[in-house]
Formats: sequence, structure tokens, C-alpha cells
Amino acid sequence: MMNTAYFKDQFEGLADDSSADTIKELSKAAFESYNHSGLPSSKLEEWKYTNISSLFDKNYQFSKNNSEEELSYTSLKALNLPGQNEANVLYFIDGRFMPDLSKIRSSEKELVILPLEKAAAGPYQKIVKEHLGSSSKYLKDGLHALNTAFIQEAVFIYLPKGQQLEIPLYLHHVTHATKENILSQPRSLIYLAENSNLQLVETYTTLGSMDSFNNEVIEIVLEEHAFLAYYKLQNDGPNAAQVSSTHIHQIGKSYVQSLTISLNGGVIRNNLNLVLDAPGNETHLYGLSLLKGNSHVDHHTLVDNKQPNCFSNQLYKGIASDTATAIFSGRIIVQPDAQKTNAYQSSKNIILSDQATIDAKPQLEIFADDVKCSHGCTVGQLDEEAMFYLRARGIPLKSAESLLLQAFSSDVLTQIKLEPLRKHVEQLISAHLASS
Amino acid sequence: MMLSIKNIHANIEGKAILKGINLDIKAGEVHAIMGPNGSGKSTLAAVLAGREEYEVTEGTISFLDKNLLDLSIEDRARAGLFLAFQYPVEIPGVSTTNFIKAAVNEKRKYNGQEPLDALAFLKVMKEKMAMVEIDQSLLSRSINEGFSGGEKKRNEIFQMAMLEPKLAILDETDSGLDIDALRIVANGINQLRNEHRAILLITHYQRLLDYIQPDYVHVLYNGRIVKSGSKELALELEEKGYDFITDETDLTAKA
Repeated sequence: MMNTAYFKDQFEGLADDSSADTIKELSKAAFESYNHSGLPSSKLEEWKYTNISSLFDKNYQFSKNNSEEELSYTSLKALNLPGQNEANVLYFIDGRFMPDLSKIRSSEKELVILPLEKAAAGPYQKIVKEHLGSSSKYLKDGLHALNTAFIQEAVFIYLPKGQQLEIPLYLHHVTHATKENILSQPRSLIYLAENSNLQLVETYTTLGSMDSFNNEVIEIVLEEHAFLAYYKLQNDGPNAAQVSSTHIHQIGKSYVQSLTISLNGGVIRNNLNLVLDAPGNETHLYGLSLLKGNSHVDHHTLVDNKQPNCFSNQLYKGIASDTATAIFSGRIIVQPDAQKTNAYQSSKNIILSDQATIDAKPQLEIFADDVKCSHGCTVGQLDEEAMFYLRARGIPLKSAESLLLQAFSSDVLTQIKLEPLRKHVEQLISAHLASS
Repeated sequence: MMLSIKNIHANIEGKAILKGINLDIKAGEVHAIMGPNGSGKSTLAAVLAGREEYEVTEGTISFLDKNLLDLSIEDRARAGLFLAFQYPVEIPGVSTTNFIKAAVNEKRKYNGQEPLDALAFLKVMKEKMAMVEIDQSLLSRSINEGFSGGEKKRNEIFQMAMLEPKLAILDETDSGLDIDALRIVANGINQLRNEHRAILLITHYQRLLDYIQPDYVHVLYNGRIVKSGSKELALELEEKGYDFITDETDLTAKA
């Protein structure tokens, strides 16, 4: 694996002047941690379904600092999703936050966007110090450490108290894999102050035919009465691998809805952590993987109930055809203090071919005695009676299949409250089903 | 001849259910097939509609001069064959209206017609809804989801009205209906009766035939049609029970 020497080289070459001390210390410790553990091997229980280290048999490069010159705002705009033109959009090119290319429509009073280094040195120093890197307590693998080791050109997003942001915020990750295999490592810290409201959308585009690997970490903190709707749309090329870690820390009684739609891509691993750290927190996690070809999507969720009276519900649905693999591994922890926890989890799957794979692995770890927790997994095929009924009315086989799969997906899709995004996803799914 | 069934034998999981059915149905005719439980009535309906679990081992079926057994399930429907299900399937997440619209337009496409636009479809729908006394609120729900037994059967007849089939096979449409629901469903069926359309009623009981007068009645027993006659045969069956026919047949078989 040549990458190890390359990372060392790159780390030593990092400019020492610009970063704030907080970030520098964190990076240094993270690089040591990476050196110690290396990239996660599939021998680790948490990674047994997804062999990440073998992807690094080929060499990935960090991009040289010149690809933004080739990408203008106009060319980026062509990649936008419906509704994105009216939204706040932050572009990340090869993992680096691009303030000059980004488009902020909300006022500074409503939404603060800063390069992380500036936030760490300025008025948000305390928040950055307290919350940046808090995900490392939960994600101890070398890949996560590698992101932290190279925190550079990251973004800090802050919603001031009481700001109910009406227009959504898009994080659009563009990887420029035209000449070499690119490793991008975007990093964001998002803070929702008391009584603020954010609709966050993440989307990914790889340009070029070389391979890309997006090793992403987002940390989000919610104060009392904050509201977050978080949508992630994964519809990239088969050359685009991704490990996307989102760590959400609800430090005040707040509300989170997360929805991940995975349609196309190479190897995808999503780590989604929810730390329910105040009484009365509420969290809803949804996922839909609609996979064909050789796609591989591995969802790992963790809901850590630390305080009493929290509610969480998870609904993950998977459809796998061809040789695709859909994985759901959901872990719920109920700490001793978290009495009256309500935590539910359901994974429902349809397998459409003999060569496709579905793995579902629920884990409950309960250390309190007055809780309601449940989990359930199903893996099945299309309902033959329903298929016959539809066909007996003249609906062709392919359309009948597609109708039933859309129906199967519908309770996840109706949770997308952003109208243009939902319509777009529904169209993608129709097209996806029609072409398979 | 609209439908011509000749010497049909059919198996399910290797077990012979139909053992040589012969039946001819012309446009405009209403035929009733009666018989005790397990005689093969619903199997006949399933074979006609193309259910894949049944294997036809012998015989031919022609429908409007086509070899029915060569047609896919959906092509049979588009060509004008309609099966009203004994147990209509609940399909959560698929709206009834969208489903019926798709079915109507698939059939139109098959017949070389333009699809109905939303407005034209709505107009036809309103008209047919009145015919089977079905409520709009049911049709905006998922297919049959949470429908009562009567609502499911009415929905079947509504679909029949929308699809205007040439041959309608009604499989135990009267089962599970109370007398009011039976009257509404029968009334819908009678309105759909005309000289271009044939109807095959499959029923265990005579009571449906009080409302829908058949031209012919056939008794199916042990995979064969053992007796055919006019509508009076149904009354005779009601009076004497199936035993008078089955005993006769068993005796003949032994002799």
C-alpha cells in the first residue's frame, strides 16, 4: 500500500502557519491515531461487510490546489439539482470548501458561514474547541482519523438563536477525477443555536472517469428547540467510493430528521451517529437504498440514548438487484440514566436477484430498566399475488414491478419535505426502475 | 365464438384439478358455473386469467380467435379478458385511481388508441362510480387497503366498468357479501351486461342468480362439467343440493 508513505509525506508538508492551535493539536493526535490503527480492515466487526482498505490498493491523491481554476461557478451550476438555484449552496471541490464559488442567499444575520480556521480563531473559538472532533469518541477507525489529520479548508456553519431558515442549505461535493484518482476529505462543523431551524441537503458529483474516494466527516450540534432536517442524496458514478460520517449531537431538547437516499455509486459506507444528550430529544432516521449493478451501500447507524425520555425511530429500506449489496447495521444504546427511552428500528428489504445481497444487523444494548425498544428486519421478494393482480388488469410485468417498488419506497420518500427535492428523487427512482 | 374451451386439463403442483373441460361462450351470453367446493371452479378462472402456478397439460382455449394460452397475463387483460377476484389483493402505496388509469391506458395502447387525458379519465370515472355506487374517497386510497369485503367487490366491478372487457369472469363475486352489498354489485353487473359482452359467473350459491339471470348454467364436479342446462338447473340445485348430481356422476363413473 503506497498510500501510507504518501499520507505521511503529505502530512509533514502541511503548512504550519495558517491553522488555529485547536485544529493543529487535533490533527496531530489524529495522524498518530491513524498511524496506529491504519485503514479499517474487514476483519473488524464494524467493517466486516465493507472492505475499505482494499480500495486503497490503488493510489489516491489529494488534489493539487488548482482544480478550482478549471471549474467556474457557471460550470458548477450546471450540476445543480432542482431547487438548488434558489438555495444556499456551499461547494466543496475535491473535499475543499470553496467560499468564492459558493452562493449564500441568506443574510449574515440568518446564517453564518466561515472557513473553519477563521471560526476557530475568532468569536466561535469556544464552540469549535468544544465540538470539533467529538465524533472521534464514537468513530475510532483510521479513516476517520485520516480526515481529522487533514482538516484543511473545512467549513463552519452557524445558525444564530431563533433563526428559522426558510431556504435550505446545500453542501455540494464535486470531485474532479479527470487526471488521477482523487481522495477528498471534506469536513464540516455545523452548530444550530437555540430555536433555529435548518434544512440541510448533501449531494455528490464526481467528474471524470478516474476513481474518487470521498472520506467525509460532518459534526452537527443542536441546542434546545433546534430543528434539523438532513437529506443526503447519493447518486454518483460507479467510480465514486465514499465513506460518509455524520455525527449529530443533540445537547438540548431538539428534533432531528435524517433521510439518506442511495441510488448509484461505487462502494458507499454511511456512518450516522445520533447522541441524544438532553432529556426529551426526538430523532427520526430514514434510509432508502435502491441498488443495481455492482453497487454496495453499507448503512451504520448508532443512536446513543444518554438522557431520559428520548424518542428515536429508524426506518431503513433496501432494494437490491443484479449483484448489488445493501447493508443495514443499526445499533441502539440506552445508557443507565436514559429511563423512559422509546427507541424503534425497522429494516425492510426486497431482494430481486439471486446474486444480490442484503445484510441486516440490529444491535440493542440496554442498560436501563424502564424503556421501550424494538427492532425488526425483513428480507423478501415482490408480492406475487400483487404482481398477478396488477398484470391481470393489463399492467406489463416491468411496470407492475416498478409500481410495487415505488410503493415500497413511498413511506420513506414522503418524508422528504422539500418539494423540488422529493420530485427530483421520485423521478430518479422512476427512471432507475425503468432502466433496470 | 368469443371463448372456446376444448378438453382443458390443468394441474397444480402435480395434482390434476381440471380433467377435460369443454365450454363455448358467445358474445352477449351469461354463463354460470356452479359446483361444490373443490370442484375446480376457481382453477378454471385462474387458468383463463393466466395464473402461472397452474400448468395446462392438455387441451386448447381460443379467445376471440387467438390462442389464449400463448398470451401473457397482461395481454389477455388488454385483449379484453377480465377476472374479478374472489379475494382482491391489498396493495399498500399504490393509489387505486392511478392504477386504474394505468390499466385503462395500457388497454387503449394495445388497441391503438391514444391514452385518456386526466380530464377525460375523470369524466369516465365519475360516470362508472355512480354505476357501482362506489365513493371517491375509496378510490383515492391505496388499492383495496383497509376496504371492507363489500368495498373490495364493488371495486372489482368498478374496474370492470372502467376496462369494458369483452369477457368478464366473476369468481365468487357474491361470497362474503350481505344482501345490500349483493344487490349493489349485481345491479352494477346487470348494467354492464350487453350484446357485445360475455359474462362467466362462478358461484357456489344460487342466490346471485336471483339477481343476474344466466342464459346457461353448468355444473362443475371433480374437474369436469357434468351437467349443463338453462337457469332452471340452478333452481333445481338449490332445491336438491349438489348431491343429486354428484351421486349421479359418481355412479356413472363406477358403472
